[in-house]
Amino acid sequence: MIRLALLLLALAGAARAEEIVLGLSQDEVAITATFDGSEILVFGAVKRVAPPPDGPPLEVIVTVSGPLNPATVRRKERRAGIWVNTDAIEVDAAPSFYAVASTGPLDEILSATEDLRHAVSIPRAIRAVGNRIEGSAEFVAALIRIREEMGLYERLDGAVDLEQQTLFRTSVALPANLVEGNYETRIFLTRGGAVIDRYETVIGVQKVGIERWLYNLAQERAALYGLLSLLLAMAAGWAASAAFSGMRR
Amino acid sequence: MQLYLPIAEVSINAFLLLGLGGLVGLLSGMFGVGGGFLITPLLFFVGIPPAVAVATSTNQIVASSFSALLSHLRRRTVDLVMGTVLLSGGLVGSGLGMILFNWLKAQGQVDLLVKLSYVVFLGTVGAMMLVESLNALIRSRRPGARPKRRRHNWVHALPGKIKFRVSGLYISVFPPFLVGMSVGVLSAIMGVGGGFIMVPAMIYLLGMPTKVVIGTSLFQIIFVTGFTTMLHAVTNQTVDIVLALLLILGGVVGAQLGARIGARMKAEQLRILLALLVLGVCAQIALDLLLRPDELYEIEPVAA
Repeated sequence: MIRLALLLLALAGAARAEEIVLGLSQDEVAITATFDGSEILVFGAVKRVAPPPDGPPLEVIVTVSGPLNPATVRRKERRAGIWVNTDAIEVDAAPSFYAVASTGPLDEILSATEDLRHAVSIPRAIRAVGNRIEGSAEFVAALIRIREEMGLYERLDGAVDLEQQTLFRTSVALPANLVEGNYETRIFLTRGGAVIDRYETVIGVQKVGIERWLYNLAQERAALYGLLSLLLAMAAGWAASAAFSGMRR
Repeated sequence: MQLYLPIAEVSINAFLLLGLGGLVGLLSGMFGVGGGFLITPLLFFVGIPPAVAVATSTNQIVASSFSALLSHLRRRTVDLVMGTVLLSGGLVGSGLGMILFNWLKAQGQVDLLVKLSYVVFLGTVGAMMLVESLNALIRSRRPGARPKRRRHNWVHALPGKIKFRVSGLYISVFPPFLVGMSVGVLSAIMGVGGGFIMVPAMIYLLGMPTKVVIGTSLFQIIFVTGFTTMLHAVTNQTVDIVLALLLILGGVVGAQLGARIGARMKAEQLRILLALLVLGVCAQIALDLLLRPDELYEIEPVAA
């Protein structure tokens, strides 16, 4: 059985006429105290055994997705003259960050069925398998709209450069308000709307140094951390008071 | 200079935070209010997640209140006996308030109730203070006006009298205990230290002199907010010590300046300014409820 699977896999590999070879400028992002965003260069080449086939041109799509977190989307309505929260929906796994860069307009280079299968475009990525969303589409649209305005969801049509149908590169700007976790990066090659190869890798985003130490302390020794915060507050209050009364004399 | 905050997980300008801390510290030193009703909305506004904003501002209030309290102690304008009575009432009250808060949460719409109680209490307290202090100012300007006689009402007929020497009062412990308790209930529901309710209550309900009221209120606020900081740190891990440090550095300097300014101003003027401030915040929250929001939807992250 396993042998059969391996055989199929090998056949599938051999059947792929065009394959992705990828490089990243960095596969780890360290959040330091002065972190204010990071630019990640995604570059690669298309490996071929034969010259590129005729027909529709080769297109490249790059997606970067932040860690998935649950969220509640609420809607306000006017009741008795006051705006109050009325309805809400739960989103099980909304990416905290999602960018999709491509060589051309996404809806032209990727067919709707392929988008559905690989969950590439922003609405599809949010509605991906494993993300249970109850309620109407308006809420999902609002989620996307708000996060697009905040710069957390980005659609970058035409941001990928492709040269000689072989070398491609793009840069994805990670915002300063970055959440820790694994940023799943996917690259798709398409021809005539159909995906012909995909490649996946992960960019790790982690707090380092004092940021890491404080975060761990707050999580693991919460009481100590709380006391430390209070002590800091009292000491600062005393120091300022002493400094000012000294100045007056 | 941008700084990444480890708990809030946002990157923000350090000088902006120093400025915010300084502004709120100034008010805290002048009026004896903790400033929780100001700093928390301001932090929301600059993009700090609400849970972190609420928890961290309590820590900042501890620092600015402590700093201001020390100057008041030096000037002997703190009634420690009164403060202790108010505090013990306050702790009972916040226990009750927490139970009430959780019950309201189970009913849904807790946000709305918090906002409505802000509008009602800030509106009433602010309007009352403004009218009273304007009257007092006009009276003091008129030459030859008779000094107001101290009124005796039912408060003075209660048993359990204690001498509050610094305040110059000889009254029963029950009214201050009840005042402390009701403020405790409100502060647990509204998530603030409660200085803006405590200060007018001490002036108008207990008849304490304005200068003593501020120091005494600060004394009480330190304990309430210190307790709340610990609760947030232990249960939610939402106190951001870096954010707190920046707010504190601005806040303690502001509080010292505020205490100096406050000491030079007339009591009536101080009360008018505080009344205007309270009414301003009240109007802002009321408008939020009444005007159509730009974005009808909002996203709230769910703690895993």
